[in-house]
Amino acid sequence: MFWLKRNLPRLVIAPSFGVLIWFVYGFILWTIYISFTKSKLLPKYEFWGIDQYFRLWSMPRWHVAVENLFIFTVLFIILCVFIGIILAILLDQKIRAEGFLRTIYLYPMALSFIVTGTAWKWILNPSLGLEKFAIDIGFETFTFDWLVTPGMSIYTIVIAGVWQSSGFIMAIFLAGLRSVDDEIIKAAKIDGAGLIAVYLKIILPMMRPVFMSAIVILLHLAIKSYDLVIALTAGGPGISSDMPAVFMTQMAFHRSEIGLASASAIMMFLTVSAIVVPYLYSELKREDQRN
Amino acid sequence: MQNYQELEKSSNTKKIIYRWILFIILGIFALYYITPLYVMIVTSFKTMEEIRQGNLFAFPNSINLESWNVAWNGQGFSAGDVYLKTYFWNSVKLVVPAVIISTIMGAINGYALTKWRFKGDSWVFLLFLFGTFIPYQAILLPMSRTLGTIGISNSIYGLILVHVVYGLCFTTLFCRNYYISISDEIVKAARIDGAGFFKIFFKIILPISAPILVVTVIWQFTQVWNDFLFGATFTFGKEAPIQVALNNMVLTSSSVKRYNVDMAAAIIAGFPTLIVYVLAGKYFIRGLTAGSVKG
Amino acid sequence: MATLKINELNKNFGITEVLKGINLDINDGDFLVLLGPSGCGKSTLLNTISGLETINSGEILIDNHVVNNMEPSDRDIALVFQSYALYPAMTVKKNVTFGLEQRKTPKEKIAQALEEVSNLLQINELLERKPSQLSGGQRQRVAMGRALVRDPKIFLFDEPLSNLDAKLRVEMRREIKKLHKRLKTTIVYVTHDQTEAMSLGTNIAIMDQGKIQQCDTPKNIYNKPENMFVADFIGSPSMNLIEGILKDKYFMPKGSKDIKIPLNEYAFKVNINEERPVYLGIRPEHVYFEKVNSNCFEINLRSELVEYTGHEQIITFDYSNQQLLGKFSSTIDIQMDKDCNLNLDLNQISLFDKDTRGRI
Repeated sequence: MFWLKRNLPRLVIAPSFGVLIWFVYGFILWTIYISFTKSKLLPKYEFWGIDQYFRLWSMPRWHVAVENLFIFTVLFIILCVFIGIILAILLDQKIRAEGFLRTIYLYPMALSFIVTGTAWKWILNPSLGLEKFAIDIGFETFTFDWLVTPGMSIYTIVIAGVWQSSGFIMAIFLAGLRSVDDEIIKAAKIDGAGLIAVYLKIILPMMRPVFMSAIVILLHLAIKSYDLVIALTAGGPGISSDMPAVFMTQMAFHRSEIGLASASAIMMFLTVSAIVVPYLYSELKREDQRN
Repeated sequence: MQNYQELEKSSNTKKIIYRWILFIILGIFALYYITPLYVMIVTSFKTMEEIRQGNLFAFPNSINLESWNVAWNGQGFSAGDVYLKTYFWNSVKLVVPAVIISTIMGAINGYALTKWRFKGDSWVFLLFLFGTFIPYQAILLPMSRTLGTIGISNSIYGLILVHVVYGLCFTTLFCRNYYISISDEIVKAARIDGAGFFKIFFKIILPISAPILVVTVIWQFTQVWNDFLFGATFTFGKEAPIQVALNNMVLTSSSVKRYNVDMAAAIIAGFPTLIVYVLAGKYFIRGLTAGSVKG
Repeated sequence: MATLKINELNKNFGITEVLKGINLDINDGDFLVLLGPSGCGKSTLLNTISGLETINSGEILIDNHVVNNMEPSDRDIALVFQSYALYPAMTVKKNVTFGLEQRKTPKEKIAQALEEVSNLLQINELLERKPSQLSGGQRQRVAMGRALVRDPKIFLFDEPLSNLDAKLRVEMRREIKKLHKRLKTTIVYVTHDQTEAMSLGTNIAIMDQGKIQQCDTPKNIYNKPENMFVADFIGSPSMNLIEGILKDKYFMPKGSKDIKIPLNEYAFKVNINEERPVYLGIRPEHVYFEKVNSNCFEINLRSELVEYTGHEQIITFDYSNQQLLGKFSSTIDIQMDKDCNLNLDLNQISLFDKDTRGRI
């Protein structure tokens, strides 16, 4: 009885913890192991070394995917953070319609990437979408066919992704701005700093943790991005807008290349870890210092 | 030294100009965000004829509900015809249990981790926390094999399991971060009053957990409803959830693209989460930020 | 109504020793105050008594029964918290009766106990309210009500007044004193406020760095501090501690060989013959302008700074590069930067060894 009472909290956590260890960490280990085997359609457990990784990195398609991921990630983060900060600062100016505007800026976040992709696919449609609208109103030579142009289709994913996620970045920056001590702003104003100087020199530097969070989240979203690509371009035309997440599912479930798919999944996992582990470490250290 | 009156006047004009620039920029952005929704709605009410003739932003000539009917019920003549009704209810059947189970487990975990500290609890928490970041590609293959082994692949039950398992990290994180702000002394007082682990949870902690439970439920609801990866990987055919069905619909409309039907379907698929967002936007945002500012 | 005895209690958090060999003996009806700076272990000690924290070694006895491993709810104690820790979702009435309900007390008894307590603490009007609808003082009353209603053997208070404003704090302090006088229950009370400790306790245990530095009546603590920590911690402004040398029953302050303070009448704890470095302690209020008794030492010092506090003024004197503070009635007019003749009342001094920092 006494033992039970003392250990009840552990016992309560135990099932969830077991699930976590098995389904998250155990599965990751399994995937790591499989990436070192020759597995094709079915897993083979015979160790084969790191050949799958060599295969992976010698595939042009994987290089396209990684390159696309790089383009997408950089643009996605820069645009989201830029738009997010601007909107947050503008909304912070005691705007009367703030609640209304915020609702409009953020609603795309409630929609799935599939819905987002479907909508933008229609808007960017070369024959009936924006292009036709521009021609109709007089720009007769206007062409906007990125969606079906190899090399450009990746940018349509950026457009839709930024539309979906930038409002969210605005929200976390706005929350950050609101938590800045009013007296600091007052002090700066009395010191003669203009509004822009106050933001550039005083407030934004104070928001470093928010920048960090925003960038980590966006990076993480970008690396995982799968749905949006599928819905908007399905990796096409050809494989021109392929991404690692799409590559992985293709190899795993359509090409019967389990070993190769695992290797690509582990590459993604390592990339995320390389970003998240230092971030979590610094976050937790900060929290420790506070306590 | 400048004249005070001049200074007063010039800064007044400046203020008004600032204000106008502000509103114009905000307005342009509002248009950027709202336009796709507007386009979706007007397109869904147009006939294909109108779509081909007119432009993207034009208002429909009349409210044409045909494409909504097709998106929801199908056309009723083709066997391979994809429509949303079945899949919408699949998603409902998936969302309700997945959200309830993962929220309850998250709440109890968060409570145990914060109010009954034990040796190693911070490591347990760290593992949950890291679990919120893992790319799901790293667990897709073993998961699909496990579902097969248990015998619940290609079923709603399998998807419920998947969403509970991977949602657990988020719900635990949310609840833990909320409960850590509740005074430990309340729990101590209750222990001295003679209440045990579960009694304290149900009688004292749960009644004040409404704010975080709402956030957690909304978060999980949005995640599960909007999921595509798990749905597409672990189910096919009639068992698929709505996002998968929407994607299939958009892809498979054979020779003639029916953009009006696609848009109606997209709105239907996005409707539940949109409604939640409009009704409980405050909590929705709180969940997003809670999920982002960890620790 | 009970006694509380603590023998050689040790408590570690990981490798940090929080409590080191605590011994306490509390009689039935005593009001013991645990006083110390934050982080000294006083709250941890209280938590071990309540059973909320386990101990690593030693014994805790309530009414001569060892309770080391007993659950908090079985120890028959009540604890009033700093944050009051009222259950937010319950009404005041539910808050007060929750503990009795957990103990399966019959309904009539609960009603009766509730009635008595709410009359005693004047919270009848508040019974149906939620904690969020109460003021700080009202919450404090409810928290006490929750403790009182069970009629426990020992009351534990964990800085219960520190969240109240100054005026209310004095009021509630008086009420707690009245309550103790009336109920005569054994109380252990944690605070970092020395006025609170002095005015409430029948005994005070001063703690620092996990050890009890001195446990005695308020008077003894104030007048005969056992070591320099206690001397410095109690009193505001704190005791003047003047560095010097003890030789042939004379005290010679550092840096001024010509001053020799005679210590003939000082009650030494042990006989000391050899020369040794010591500190002489004298409270600012025992510094006078006039000669107050025959055992005074006259000294000429320069006044440097005056701090006026209303009914008193605190004056800083230069004492061969050490400072000496004096506390005087504000009615006296004193000029700054002037040499003054002062009298130190040698009946009220304390001497401490420089190395052991203990009283000699």
